[in-house]
Amino acid sequence: MSLIEADTSAILLTLELASITTALLMLIATPLAWWLTHTHARLRAAVTALVSLPLVLPPTVLGFYLLVLLGPQGTVGRWMQQLGLSTLPFTFAGLVVGSVVFSLPFAVQPIANAFAAIGARPLEVAATLRASSWDRFRSVAVPLARPGFLTAAVLAFAHTVGEFGVVLMLGGNIPGQTRVLSVAIYDHVEALEYADAHLLSAGLVAFSFLVLLMLGRYGGHWQRTPA
Amino acid sequence: MSLIEARFRATLGEFSLDADFSVPTRGVTALFGHSGSGKTTLLRLIAGLERAPGRLVVDGEVWQDDARFVPTYRRALGYVFQEASLFPHLSVRANLEYGWKRVPSRARTIQRDEVIDWLELAPLITLQPHQLSGGQRQRVAIGRALLSCPRLLLMDEPMAALDADARADILPYLERLHRELELPLLYVSHALDEVARLADHLLLIEAGHLVYQGPLVEGLTRLDLPLAHRDIAATVIDAVVVAHDPALQLTRVARGAISLELPGLHGSPGAPLRVRITARDVSLALAMPRQTSILNLLPARVIELADDAPGQVLVRLALGDTVLLARITRKSAQLLNLQPGTPVVAQVKSVAVA
Repeated sequence: MSLIEADTSAILLTLELASITTALLMLIATPLAWWLTHTHARLRAAVTALVSLPLVLPPTVLGFYLLVLLGPQGTVGRWMQQLGLSTLPFTFAGLVVGSVVFSLPFAVQPIANAFAAIGARPLEVAATLRASSWDRFRSVAVPLARPGFLTAAVLAFAHTVGEFGVVLMLGGNIPGQTRVLSVAIYDHVEALEYADAHLLSAGLVAFSFLVLLMLGRYGGHWQRTPA
Repeated sequence: MSLIEARFRATLGEFSLDADFSVPTRGVTALFGHSGSGKTTLLRLIAGLERAPGRLVVDGEVWQDDARFVPTYRRALGYVFQEASLFPHLSVRANLEYGWKRVPSRARTIQRDEVIDWLELAPLITLQPHQLSGGQRQRVAIGRALLSCPRLLLMDEPMAALDADARADILPYLERLHRELELPLLYVSHALDEVARLADHLLLIEAGHLVYQGPLVEGLTRLDLPLAHRDIAATVIDAVVVAHDPALQLTRVARGAISLELPGLHGSPGAPLRVRITARDVSLALAMPRQTSILNLLPARVIELADDAPGQVLVRLALGDTVLLARITRKSAQLLNLQPGTPVVAQVKSVAVA
C-alpha cells in the first residue's frame, strides 16, 4: 500500500468511525439527556458525573480500562466469548465502543441543556392539548431542542475525528481496521515524515476550524418569543 | 347540576390547601384571590398538571379519586395560561390545529373555521408566533384551547401579562365566549374589575382555603366577606338597555322596577348590559331629595350594616331582586338611625359599564 493510499484509507476510516459513532451517540444521548433533565432520582448526580468523566480523564486511562473490560479476561470480554462472539479490542467495532464512551459527554450535555432550556411550560401546554408523553416529546421537545441536537452531533463527530489516546490503547494501529487519522499522523512523525504529517495535520486543523465556524453560525437558538 | 365536583386537601410545603367546591354547568366562574392564595394551584390540580390527594368529578366522569388519576392529556379541558405560550416552532395555523388534530374527527364539537372567524384569526394564520402582538398571541392561545374541543375551559389570569390596550382587545372576545358558547369557564383572576365584568359565579380563596362559593353579586356584597370591604368594593347589576338620549348622551337601562341612567351611549335597546356601582358612590337619604345633581335615586331597604374602615360603615341594601352597597360615615348612619329594615333612598352618583 502506497503512502497516499494508506493515508486515504486512514481518512476514510476516520470518517466512517466518526459517522457511526455520531449516529449511535444520538440514539444513546437523547434518552439519557431526557432522563437527566426530568428525573428527580438521587442517582441523577452520580450519572451526570459518570457521563462527564471522559471530559477530565486522560484518554489513555479510559482506553486502558476499556481494554481491560472488553479484553478476553475482562467481564464483558468473557461474556461475549461465552456468546460465541469475538472480543472487541483491536477491531473496528471496539473503536466504535471506545469512541462512543469517549464522546458521550459532548453529545449528552448540549442535548440536556437544550431540553432544560425548553422548560416545563411548552410540555404542559401540549398535555392540555391532548398530546401523550411520547407525542409531547416528539412534537414539542425534539423540535425545540433542535439546536442542541445539531451542536451535539457536530461536537461528537469532530471529537471522534480528533481522538487518539483511546484509539491507541484499544485499537492499536491496524491499517484499514483501526488505523485512523490521528494515529497516521503519529506514525508519520515517528518516521520523521514531517511533510506528510503536515498535510494531514493542516487538513485536520482546517476541518476543525470549519466545523466550529459552522456551529457558531447555524447552531443558534430558536428565537424565543417573549410571553 | 354541577359540572365540577372537587375536593382537595393537601399540604404542599408551607402551603396548606383545603378546597371543597362545585362549579355550575353554565357560565363563567371566577376563582378569585390574592397572589399566593392558591388559585393557580387549584386550577392546575383540576387540569392534572399538579397532584394532591382529593377527588375530582367533571361532567359525571371521575378524573381523580383514591384509585384513579386521569392524565392531563386524557382530560377534555382547554387551558389558557397567563403567558400565551404558543409553540415557537409552529406557525399560528399549526398552533391552532395542534389540539384539534389530536381529537378524533367524530369527537370534534367545534368547527375550525368557526373559531377562526369568531376570534378574527384569519389574518394571522400564516404568521409565526414571534410576529404577533401580546394580545394577538393570547387570542391564538384561546382559539387553540377552544379547538381542542374541551368540555371545560380553564383560564389562568389570561390578561395579567398584557398591557391595557391588549387587555381591551381581548375582553370583548371573552365576553362573547361567555354569551355565545355553552362552554363553562373557570377563570382565575386577582383583578376585581375583570371578575365584575365577566363572572356569574364566584369562588373566593384565601391562603389555600375556600371562603365563599356562590353567585357573584352575593360574593361581592356580603359584609362578612373581604371583597365588600375593599376600597373599590362594588356591586354589579345585569340590566337591559331601554333607550338612548342622543342629545344628552345618556343610556337608560333597567332591571325589573329599577331604572338607571348612565353617561355615554351603550349597546342597542334590548341588549343586555352589566353595570357596576361602587360602594363609595352611593349615599343614602331618608326622603326623596329634590333639585339634586344626582340622576339615579332608588328606593331601597337596609338589609344590614357592618363596620368598615375607621369612621365608616358599609350598608347592604335590597334593591328589587338585587343588592347594592353603600359606604357612608358612621356619623351619617347614626344621624339617619339606620337599622335593618329601614326604608331609604339610595343616591347613586355614578354608574359605569362593568
